[in-house]
Amino acid sequence: MIELKGINKTFRVAKRQAGFGRAVKALFSREYETVQALRDVSFCVADGEMVGYIGPNGAGKSTTIKIMCGVLTPDNGACLINGRTPWKDRVAHVREIGVVFGQRSQLWWDVPVIDSFELIRDIYRVDENEYKKNLDELTELLELGEILKTPARSLSLGQRMRCEIVASLLHNPKILFLDEPTIGLDAISKIAVRQFIKRLNEERGTTVLLTTHDMQDIEALTERIILVGKGQILLDGNLAELKTRATEGASAEEMVAELYREYEI
Amino acid sequence: MKPYRALFRIRFANSLQYRAAAIAGLTTQFAWGFMYILGFAAFYSANPYAFPMTFQQTVSYIWLQQAFMAMFFMWNYEYSIFDSIESGSISYELVRPMDLYSRWFTTTTANRLSRTVLRCFPILIVAFILPAPFRMVLPAEAVRIGLFFISMVLSLGVVVSFSMLVYISAFFTVNSAGTRIAVGVAGDFLAGGYIPVPFFPDALRFAVELSPFGAMQNMPLLIFNGGVTGDALVRGLLLQVFWLVALVFVGRVLMSRALRKVVVQGG
Amino acid sequence: MRLYMKFLSMHIKSQMQYKTSFVFTTLGQFFVAFATFLSINFLFDRFDYVGGFSYEEVLICFAVMMMAFSASELIGRGFDRFPAMLGNGSFDRALVRPRNVIFQVLASQMEFSRLGRFVQAVAVLVYAIPRSGIYWTWDKILTLTLMIVCGAFLFFGLYVLYAAFSFFTTEGLEFMNVLTDGGREHGRLPFGVYGDGVLKFLTYVVPLALVQYYPLLYLTGRTDNFLYALTPIAALLFLLPCYVFFRFGLRHYKSTGS
Repeated sequence: MIELKGINKTFRVAKRQAGFGRAVKALFSREYETVQALRDVSFCVADGEMVGYIGPNGAGKSTTIKIMCGVLTPDNGACLINGRTPWKDRVAHVREIGVVFGQRSQLWWDVPVIDSFELIRDIYRVDENEYKKNLDELTELLELGEILKTPARSLSLGQRMRCEIVASLLHNPKILFLDEPTIGLDAISKIAVRQFIKRLNEERGTTVLLTTHDMQDIEALTERIILVGKGQILLDGNLAELKTRATEGASAEEMVAELYREYEI
Repeated sequence: MKPYRALFRIRFANSLQYRAAAIAGLTTQFAWGFMYILGFAAFYSANPYAFPMTFQQTVSYIWLQQAFMAMFFMWNYEYSIFDSIESGSISYELVRPMDLYSRWFTTTTANRLSRTVLRCFPILIVAFILPAPFRMVLPAEAVRIGLFFISMVLSLGVVVSFSMLVYISAFFTVNSAGTRIAVGVAGDFLAGGYIPVPFFPDALRFAVELSPFGAMQNMPLLIFNGGVTGDALVRGLLLQVFWLVALVFVGRVLMSRALRKVVVQGG
Repeated sequence: MRLYMKFLSMHIKSQMQYKTSFVFTTLGQFFVAFATFLSINFLFDRFDYVGGFSYEEVLICFAVMMMAFSASELIGRGFDRFPAMLGNGSFDRALVRPRNVIFQVLASQMEFSRLGRFVQAVAVLVYAIPRSGIYWTWDKILTLTLMIVCGAFLFFGLYVLYAAFSFFTTEGLEFMNVLTDGGREHGRLPFGVYGDGVLKFLTYVVPLALVQYYPLLYLTGRTDNFLYALTPIAALLFLLPCYVFFRFGLRHYKSTGS
């Protein structure tokens, strides 16, 4: 169970000056501005639910995920995940979640994937038998097989992403956060990843929260979508609802584009 | 000339962005310079006559060296160049309508100059107003200052053209990390970066003075503090010119061979 | 500890993928240390003593600092590279894992090429020990060991401090080099020769002299007070504020992101 209530988050950033003269001036004084990354964000996700968290770049998607993972502390507001506040009870909390940052790898670049997995097993203190069972299952589901003996650097992006997801699931988390899991993948890999996430949710009842720019991910996976823009939640509903609002015959992509325009984000 | 000027300005503005870095760098250099001077002072107090330079000369040498550090020291490599060679993105560079040797030469020189300009004045100003034994003194004859500047420009040229050879060597070796550290350290040591060249044993000193290393920071610093005069000074300047021309020539030849290799392999 | 060994073997596996690179960087590191050694050597060509210390005594000083430094670099590299870890997001990864953050940073990097420096320091020490005129009794051996071990911890503390600063700014960290690289480079001479001001600073503010100058006085028989041999232990107190500051920085990070 994920519950967010009235989460606010601000960042202070230094302004970078363009131009030669300004650069000289910036030597002596620097201006800061406050950016409101999240404004009164509240939502609930029930156990076993799959939710798509969408919005344009810089809308606050990653910030929300980082707060839910215990990486960031919000300015105020409450967040309870399985009864814990992530940033207060970090170690106990992260044991029950899995995270995939689509743009960053957690695999060791130069050693076979299986070695990375074993290290992760030790980091999470996963029981040997459970690990074996889990790994066999995941490998079969994602058709990894031989890939496990290859160093991450020689894998294709699609293969690597599948390994990333497995790496985040080795400790059998109840909740999985996926930050742009299909970014840069080819069509076949995308479909494989989607099918896998779907089965994971159906068979293990894992709660999945994913951010993406690819509307086909949403269509294939989630009933429910949450739209954020400029740090605020603009819409929390399901795809069917959206379809009734949109122009007849519009694709998911077009519907979202319409939404973005409607909310001016 | 225009594209070079543009390149120069961008580099310059880029370095200026980093205010805190500049301040931290200054503090570092002051502390570093002071420690060197105090260390030498300990040696001098044991026996001031055992040294080839007076303490005053050594002090001037060290402050000047700190002030122009970014210009003189080899290890100030342009790491983006190594990256572009090793990652293969060098092929994009070849598409641009500029001769690659001149491009790298300009970038490297510009970077070194901009870092120096930012840092040298505060160091020089403080070095000139410090209390007596640690103060830097101007040469007695004004002409020395002029010669110092000429020699400094030449030495910058020699340092840059020498580091060009290190960049180019990255085309031929599998891995440049070791070369760049080893050559950087050996070069800086022989050029007088750790202890001034006159402090070397005589045979080594003689060899170094003829080598390109003697044509780097050694010359301008010794001209300024009066460590080299008369014929030796003229000979030193001529050697600097010679090494600059020779290194640029060798660099260009090696570069064109290296690029042929890249083109053949398809980058 | 078992997990640390696991990380260690992963790092070895990774770095052995690039054997030539490893060999060359190790050699490069050797050269770096050698240049410092040569400058001592050249200076003592013209001199017999500095601040009353002989060539061999200075060499012991040099070797101890170099050893402590390279050992701390070997294990504490993760903190040295910490700004990069913050920049590329691998620190966020560490935060979503159920292990102590400091442990994870420590295990994230190990730089074996630093052995190049270490080996050189050992060689110099082996050369200088019999020639130093020190009569090696157990207490002297203990003193030397304390100097090296506590020195390594002290440098490590400086890395942690450096990492803590990088929570607040990515620029301007260069001044920390004065303490780390500077400590190694200028630590080739006993800190006492740099004068009173420097010695006071290195005693009370950043206690590098506690692992170098004071125990050296005992080692070379300039004092009989055994307390001087134990000063390196006092230097370990420095680790406490470093740790506290790191925790403070971590809290700051969690509330500001970046």
